[in-house]
Amino acid sequence: MVAGRLPAQPRSFSCPGDPDRVNSPDTRAPIEPGADAYVQVRGLHTVLGGKIIFNGLDMDIPRGRITAIMGPSGTGKTTLLRHITGQLAADVGEIRVDGRQLAGISRTQLFDLREKIGYLFQNSALLTDFTVFENVAFPLRQHLRLPEPIVRNIVLTRLQAVGLRGAAELMPAELSGGMARRVALARAIVRDPSLIIYDEPFVGLDPVALNQVLKLIRTLNDTLGITSVLVAHEFAAVRRIADHVYLIAGGKVAAQGQPDELAQRDSPWTRQFFGGEADGPVPFQYPARDYAADLGFPAGAA
Amino acid sequence: MKTSRRLSIAADALAQIGAVGLFFFSILAAIPKSLRHLLETVRQIWFVGAMSLVIIMTCGLFVGAVLGLQLYDVLSRFGSAAMSGTVVALALFRELGPVVTALLFAGRAGTSITAEIGLMRATDQLAAMEMMAVDPLAYVVAPRFLAGIVAMPLLVCVFNAMAILGAHVVCVSWLGLDNGTFWGNMTATVDVWTDLVNGIWKSAAFGGVIALIATFQGYTTAPTSEGVAYATTRTVVSSSIVVLALDFVMTAFLM
Repeated sequence: MVAGRLPAQPRSFSCPGDPDRVNSPDTRAPIEPGADAYVQVRGLHTVLGGKIIFNGLDMDIPRGRITAIMGPSGTGKTTLLRHITGQLAADVGEIRVDGRQLAGISRTQLFDLREKIGYLFQNSALLTDFTVFENVAFPLRQHLRLPEPIVRNIVLTRLQAVGLRGAAELMPAELSGGMARRVALARAIVRDPSLIIYDEPFVGLDPVALNQVLKLIRTLNDTLGITSVLVAHEFAAVRRIADHVYLIAGGKVAAQGQPDELAQRDSPWTRQFFGGEADGPVPFQYPARDYAADLGFPAGAA
Repeated sequence: MKTSRRLSIAADALAQIGAVGLFFFSILAAIPKSLRHLLETVRQIWFVGAMSLVIIMTCGLFVGAVLGLQLYDVLSRFGSAAMSGTVVALALFRELGPVVTALLFAGRAGTSITAEIGLMRATDQLAAMEMMAVDPLAYVVAPRFLAGIVAMPLLVCVFNAMAILGAHVVCVSWLGLDNGTFWGNMTATVDVWTDLVNGIWKSAAFGGVIALIATFQGYTTAPTSEGVAYATTRTVVSSSIVVLALDFVMTAFLM
């Protein structure tokens, strides 16, 4: 654990008013955009393959909180994470992570920054030639010269946290999708990063594993003061742990706020997204020619 | 073919050559950092070197045998069958050893390097390393590049030894050439520096070029199964052409 990361006020994990929620009442205090932001995005414009992904997106990820980024498929959530981690340069706009401007940053400086970031990939991205243990130990072995017993203890505690200590000697090919995600999660948190980015962390998890992962994310946030960003579609899970939710659509932030407040907000974006409606500002269908014409009927007949 | 299409192909080829050049300098810059992963380099030398021994030894034996057979037959017409061992050794040390080993190396080790790195790209393992602040150029690419340079000369030595053995079996044991004549003429004529060592230099260069092409193709492959397949094919085709062209250039300079 890095000194200076502990939050000023320790938080409890009970919430009398909402038994489903994994966090404490004080973390649900409204977040003012821009206030002590760990990540700041200003005027982000991105075009990929001729398609406009972001069109002037502004976003603040508050320090020490859990921020969820939601939105329809293909709206650029993972692309935004790639921008934040310097994997993809912005066409126009400014991105600051922990006060450091990403544009023009050298590879060495970028790697220095990434040492403070844990990243859970959508497809887990485990190193297929290493065992589960070696996958989790990999960042430690690469950056720290720790005695082997300490490496072993750190790795086993992280694997215990995700419920896979007994799977330490398995190869990634022997894991289910959900288990692989939990191993990837253990690897992402093994160095106690100050920012953890979770790209679709709940996919493939059974209810027991989901509950434990939610508790783990919350606990990490509360005890170490880690800033967490998660991209997810599961609103029921998101509302249990997130302090702040951004709904992005059409290349911009369509709505933002606390999860419960956002779900009840009467805007066409939130109504459609949280209600799962096919009709609304976000088209269900990918842009296409006339359906009837595509099937060989007179245009407009369908 | 329209002129614009030709220009486009030429521009793509130039861009590709430029990209390979930049990639080469990136590897050179990553080599000092890769020395931290010395065990990984040793593992790669074992993988591309020791694991290629079976094909190299088998092919070397047969190449030497057929070379001995052909040369004994041809030289007998001029009454020079006694020089069979010498000519076999010169042909092997100067040209056939490095070139044939390089072509086999491209097919055996080059393709596996490309496929391995390409799959790492397709499954986000390289991106994961970057996100863990581990430079894939230093951890994945540079050790394979160094392994190619180290393993190729060793493989060429094995190939040459097996080929000489094959030629000896054919010329001496089968066709009846005197054993002393075979070895005596060979050792009297072959020069260690101009024949043997020049071939070793060549093989190190071929190993570097093949490893460069293989790692580049894997690193820049499209992250699809078809992309990996194309990259693997391009590794063999490009390596073969470049090795033969480079062989001509190096021979001209080393002679």
